[in-house]
Amino acid sequence: MVPTSYFLVLSAVLFGLGVVAFVFKRNILTIFMSIELMLNAVNLAFVTFSRALGQLQGQVFVFFVIVVAAAEAAVGLGIVILIHRNRGTLNVERVDSLKD
Amino acid sequence: MNEFAVQHPILAVALPKIVVLLFVLLTALAYLTWFERKVVAHIQARWGPYRVGPHGLLQPLADGVKFLFKEDVTPAGADKFAYFLAPFLALSLAITSIAVIPFGPKEFSVFGQSTPLSITNLNIGLLVLFAITSMGVYGVALAGWSSNSKYPLLGGLRSSAQMVSYELALTMSVVGVILMAGTFNLSEIVNAQQGFHWGFVPRWNLIGWPFPQVLGFLLFFTSAVAETNRAPFDLAEAESELVAGFHTEYASFKFAMFFMAEYASMITVSCLATILFFGGWLSPFPQTPIWAWTHYIPAAAFAAAGLALIVHGVRYITMFGRVVLPVLGLALCGLGVLCGQPGMLDFVQGPFWFLLKIAIFLFIYVWVRGTLPRFRYDQLMGFGWKLLLPLSIVNVVLTSLAIVWTQQ
Amino acid sequence: MTAQIAVFLVLAAVAVAGAISLILQRHPIHSALSLITVMVALAGLYLLQGAEFVAAVQIIVYGGAIMVLFVFVIMLLNAGEEERTNMSSMAHYVGVPLGVVFVIEMAYWIGRATLHMNARASGVVSTRDLSNLLFREYVFPFELTSFLILIALLGALVLARREESE
Repeated sequence: MVPTSYFLVLSAVLFGLGVVAFVFKRNILTIFMSIELMLNAVNLAFVTFSRALGQLQGQVFVFFVIVVAAAEAAVGLGIVILIHRNRGTLNVERVDSLKD
Repeated sequence: MNEFAVQHPILAVALPKIVVLLFVLLTALAYLTWFERKVVAHIQARWGPYRVGPHGLLQPLADGVKFLFKEDVTPAGADKFAYFLAPFLALSLAITSIAVIPFGPKEFSVFGQSTPLSITNLNIGLLVLFAITSMGVYGVALAGWSSNSKYPLLGGLRSSAQMVSYELALTMSVVGVILMAGTFNLSEIVNAQQGFHWGFVPRWNLIGWPFPQVLGFLLFFTSAVAETNRAPFDLAEAESELVAGFHTEYASFKFAMFFMAEYASMITVSCLATILFFGGWLSPFPQTPIWAWTHYIPAAAFAAAGLALIVHGVRYITMFGRVVLPVLGLALCGLGVLCGQPGMLDFVQGPFWFLLKIAIFLFIYVWVRGTLPRFRYDQLMGFGWKLLLPLSIVNVVLTSLAIVWTQQ
Repeated sequence: MTAQIAVFLVLAAVAVAGAISLILQRHPIHSALSLITVMVALAGLYLLQGAEFVAAVQIIVYGGAIMVLFVFVIMLLNAGEEERTNMSSMAHYVGVPLGVVFVIEMAYWIGRATLHMNARASGVVSTRDLSNLLFREYVFPFELTSFLILIALLGALVLARREESE
């Protein structure tokens, strides 16, 4: 039996790496992917707690997270395509017309 | 040896099973190409492979050697990593899916360890199959993208869009079966189909109770043919438009891997169709004393095929054929006699009927390819989204209504 | 060390390596492949915890649908390598160490807080129990998610549609 804390530490590491990727990456698609990575890390924590507390609700929550992630990906990628069509770039630092 | 098997069940039992199954599967893949070329040739009033060995029986071997010794070209500007990854991914995923298929009900013993006739028997076998299928898209998409060439890119986009779209209809069409069986376990799905209407019509899911899955089966098979990118849905490799689709830039053994992946997924789909709708390893005859003679069908079929091969073989044109074909016939006769032995009689029932049903499905696959013209791309997408998907949802609703209604 | 812990360590190493590779890779396709590796490893970890159905859904939905969408968009837009922006020396010498410290700090405190937590449930979660919970107790949220998906579908359609040119 693997101790619960191992899974939670892994979840924390993955979430942290997701945050770091979100801050460091410049490509809007990769930024989206780092959000997915964070959601995945949270899912791992949900499943782990579901086992640790002996309740299934954690796993039910994972489904809702996955559904929201799917919806978010669909809308987000639509926006990405639109940005690419209007600006010709995927670099978030060049999408700065609100700055001026 | 027995002690070793008890201590290391994985090494002693699972590993030999995997090796044997892999060997059988790869041989079957090779001869499936021969089978397809022969059947399509006869549909088109040609002879098909005839030169290499009697009736072209050594053609797969010659093809394999040819693939191995061809020059392996990597296009300039290709993304090396993805270019190498794609064929491996395609083939390994296609072959992995065979691991959850159960081939028969009986357990057999290896070194005193009793083990089922499949590599694993998972609670979520069906879901695992779908998970593996859904990952198969990456092989195609990566191959198309990494080749750095326009035809593969277009072909890859086309076929990955097609696979993603038809996966929905494929999954939804199976829900009816899952509802009727109440499980994802493939062995239990087969066991749920035991029994006979009026004593002699098998209760397979296709004509099952409470809701016959005829619609479900038609939807499943259509979308499975599309999912495996086979004719008439092989738009990814529409030669007149796209040269060869996503694998245009692949040569030598990497091309052969895509080829093998396609045939392996054909076999998986046939297995799945058999298990879900045609009762898997169940015999189509009732297991009553009046029908006991049907247990000798495997033995009789092998023996008859062997005899026919001997009679035909001794009059073959070439000397080589006159030796090889009768020897093969004798081997088949021996197999028939072996299947007729009292000890083997029960054991061979399951695998025999299962393999027979798979062979019929593979024939239908080839038959469809030899008969139907290719779809146009917009027709294909419209067909998948506007016809197959809504119909599969209708099937789910009707099945669940029927189940609720009969349970009351 | 039991076999389960060995399996955990291998899968965890794969997941972390995938996540680091997501950051280091310059090409979006390679980042996407790294993320898929993480997701498959996570599915393995779910299996290790007896959550069979979640593991299958993880691969089917995340691996087979969401990430395919990403790969598809990358192919469609022909997205090239990420542009190297001139990282200011500030970002280079402060940002990277801060990121590393953040990850380690979070892992350390969460590990410490849950060190003595023991798993109350063991064995495999049956899909039947899970679906009973999902379709009885949580049927209203479940139906709401279908609305969410419908809205997302329409939104994506409106966004990605080309304006009719007059």
